[in-house]
Amino acid sequence: MLMPLRIAALNWGRLTRIWYHSILGRMSLSPTPPLPHFPTPSPSLSQEFWTGARDIIPLVVGAVPFGIIFGTLATNNGLSSLATVAMSAFVFAGSSQFIAAGMIAAKTGWLLIVLTTFVVNLRHLLYAVSLVPYVKTLPQRWKIPLAFLLTDEAFAVVIRRYELKNEPKEKSSFKHWYYLGAALTMYLNWLLCTLLGITLGQMIPDATEWGLDFAMSVTFIGMVVPYLKNKPMVISVVVAGLVALLTASFPNKLGLMLAALLGIAAGVLSERVLKGNNNLTGDNL
Amino acid sequence: MNEVLLILGMMLVTFFIRYVMFGASSRITLSPDFLSALRYVPPVVLSAIVVPEVLLSDGALSVGVMNARLVGAIAAIVISYVTRNLLLTIIVGMAVFFGWQSLIVL
Repeated sequence: MLMPLRIAALNWGRLTRIWYHSILGRMSLSPTPPLPHFPTPSPSLSQEFWTGARDIIPLVVGAVPFGIIFGTLATNNGLSSLATVAMSAFVFAGSSQFIAAGMIAAKTGWLLIVLTTFVVNLRHLLYAVSLVPYVKTLPQRWKIPLAFLLTDEAFAVVIRRYELKNEPKEKSSFKHWYYLGAALTMYLNWLLCTLLGITLGQMIPDATEWGLDFAMSVTFIGMVVPYLKNKPMVISVVVAGLVALLTASFPNKLGLMLAALLGIAAGVLSERVLKGNNNLTGDNL
Repeated sequence: MNEVLLILGMMLVTFFIRYVMFGASSRITLSPDFLSALRYVPPVVLSAIVVPEVLLSDGALSVGVMNARLVGAIAAIVISYVTRNLLLTIIVGMAVFFGWQSLIVL
């Protein structure tokens, strides 16, 4: 019997739950950030800043090896030391920087790397959307740096700070200082680790030869596996992997784009099909 | 490779993504369907990069015990699935890869 497909009419509550689920799943990779703890009932501006800086430390520690590996890989793959530092300083987005390093090794043109960066970093749009209610009243001089410094790690700690608002001591009007403290700590650490990696890369110039580039593959595996908690996610990843394999000989890594698009389509489509069945038969996803 | 254009381009697209919603405050609303499709972006892009890296060697499919990357990747998947610990996944994956590679050379 053919079941009528229902167009997924997601409501916001459900969507929020879904995406917290995926974000929390991501964060379980690293030590859970502690709940903000303030000594006095009404935290001051500098207390907010330093508490933010302190709360993100577990995640900062987790980012240390990536910064170092990035610095080592990028310079080994042919990016100049200056450009490697500049990338960390001006782009400040770890996974896309790793991918750029990989594409540079494959002699990909800059425009395609930029396009891939756009796709990879689109997830930040999700974070920005959930932060908008808390930052929309801030002036531009705050919005610009806070947006620039938005990372997976900063989002994970900052959103907890913003959402704690029931206790009296959590009614702070300086939460953007907490955000700045956390995000800036992450930024300075990333820059420092990139510099360390570049130095290391100059000491071991044939890092790619003996397989250090495989560090990127295992890193990505460790990032992907926690996402695979439901059938649509698994289907999308399998489709993307297969398409990428079949299109690997396409010029300019165009296969990567195709694989990403088809993978996303497969995930969205199977989500709808499974939800349709789920609504009718009561099966779990 | 034009490094200036590369970094400028990467900077602009990344900042645009992070800033557009802040800048527009509540004037732009994204459709829930679009947002739910976005959730697939990170795992899909990452696996599209990793799968060919692991399974292809000089453009040819290489599936078997002689492919140390594949063995390391399988170890990484298992560790990641069991522990959900990124750092441990990297350490074990790399150790298995290097260990296996030296076994093959022997």
